Amino acid sequence: MNAVPQSRKLRLATTSLAGCFGCHMAFLDIDERLLELLERVEFDRSPLTDIKTCGPCDIGLVEGGICNAENIHVLQEFRRNCKVLIAIGACAVNGGLPAQRNHLDLGRCLQEVYLTGPGIVNGQVPNDPELPLPLDKVHPIHEIVRIDYFIPGCPPSGDAIWKFLTDLLDGRTPRLGHPLLHFD
Amino acid sequence: MNQPSILLDGLPVPFVDGQTIMDAAMAADIFIPHLCHHPEFKPQGSCKLCTVKANGRYVSACTLPARDGMEVENNSPDLNDKRRTLLQMLFVEGNHFCPSCEKSGNCMLQALAYELEMLSPHFDQFYPNRPVDASHPEVLLDFNRCILCELCVRASRDLDGKSVFSLSGRGITKHLIVNAESGRLADTDFSWADTAAHVCPVGVILKKRSGFAVPIGKRRYDVEPIARQVERLAARRADEES
Repeated sequence: MNAVPQSRKLRLATTSLAGCFGCHMAFLDIDERLLELLERVEFDRSPLTDIKTCGPCDIGLVEGGICNAENIHVLQEFRRNCKVLIAIGACAVNGGLPAQRNHLDLGRCLQEVYLTGPGIVNGQVPNDPELPLPLDKVHPIHEIVRIDYFIPGCPPSGDAIWKFLTDLLDGRTPRLGHPLLHFD
Repeated sequence: MNQPSILLDGLPVPFVDGQTIMDAAMAADIFIPHLCHHPEFKPQGSCKLCTVKANGRYVSACTLPARDGMEVENNSPDLNDKRRTLLQMLFVEGNHFCPSCEKSGNCMLQALAYELEMLSPHFDQFYPNRPVDASHPEVLLDFNRCILCELCVRASRDLDGKSVFSLSGRGITKHLIVNAESGRLADTDFSWADTAAHVCPVGVILKKRSGFAVPIGKRRYDVEPIARQVERLAARRADEES
């Protein structure tokens, strides 16, 4: 009864929407500091765990922009469950390079890829209801839900992610100065 | 007679008659953020990043003549907040996808966003759709990155005497155009040797087949942030004088 209460580990969820998993790789670039991080946080839903849906969390890291209906569903699940939601990487921040499709007609994109492109025989645009429908435009995630913090970079370096997370965990306002702050 | 001076963030900065606040600051290697200003061209005050507070009023440092004893506030949280908002507006107005831009690391817009710790574009994106002009044999134009600073317009008109570029349209539809009947750069006498080819502070006017030549880490603003480059110049000059 009189045991000193251990400070609870924070719960961290991560996901990739219209991302390339590069931000998750950059996250893993913190290398052996990952062990140090695991002393302080527990992973919830993440591509690195087997948890299928996001439970109540302290921090959510979201890479990738929004390009289809399922992305919106997942993002809203993260917003509902995470106290602090962080956009990580250029795609989540401003749509990123996938948003370069925004000036193209979506129907014509699908036709070119699945019907008329070189090497396609008996092609058809996939239409199974299992598949999420693409949106006509790619959007940054802050256009769908409120975002608390942004870590720019394509991807941000492991050092930048480490600095940001440790600032946050230690109760400091996260800051990225030169040379950790970059957009490319 | 003493040389007249302004008080810039509390520091006396001398100037000669006719100089603007920006001229005086530049001569003293004090950094005032700016995009549309270039010492070789007539200032126009369109980017508003050089907004300072002179004797309590917001003014453009590039256009306001310095006056003796003027108290100017430059590097303050209030002004830098306003500048960050201006940068965010410029970023969402264009397609600034730095990860694939050849100008990344050498871009003033990007360097200022780093300097002012802009972490997000905050506003909703406009995603403009202006086709690139790849007609010219040497030069590519990507109009979706244009910040309307008119440096290329001024350089081409005032120094090169060719008037290759103009701004056209009004409001948010205002954009950079090429002064040719066809609207194509190939149908002008523009050349990579022109001054106008080298003044673009962002990634609109690019030399073909020469991108990504400088390794990451050695590009202009990788080495040092934009403000420190200016300050270091001042330190070096002071060393040489002593």
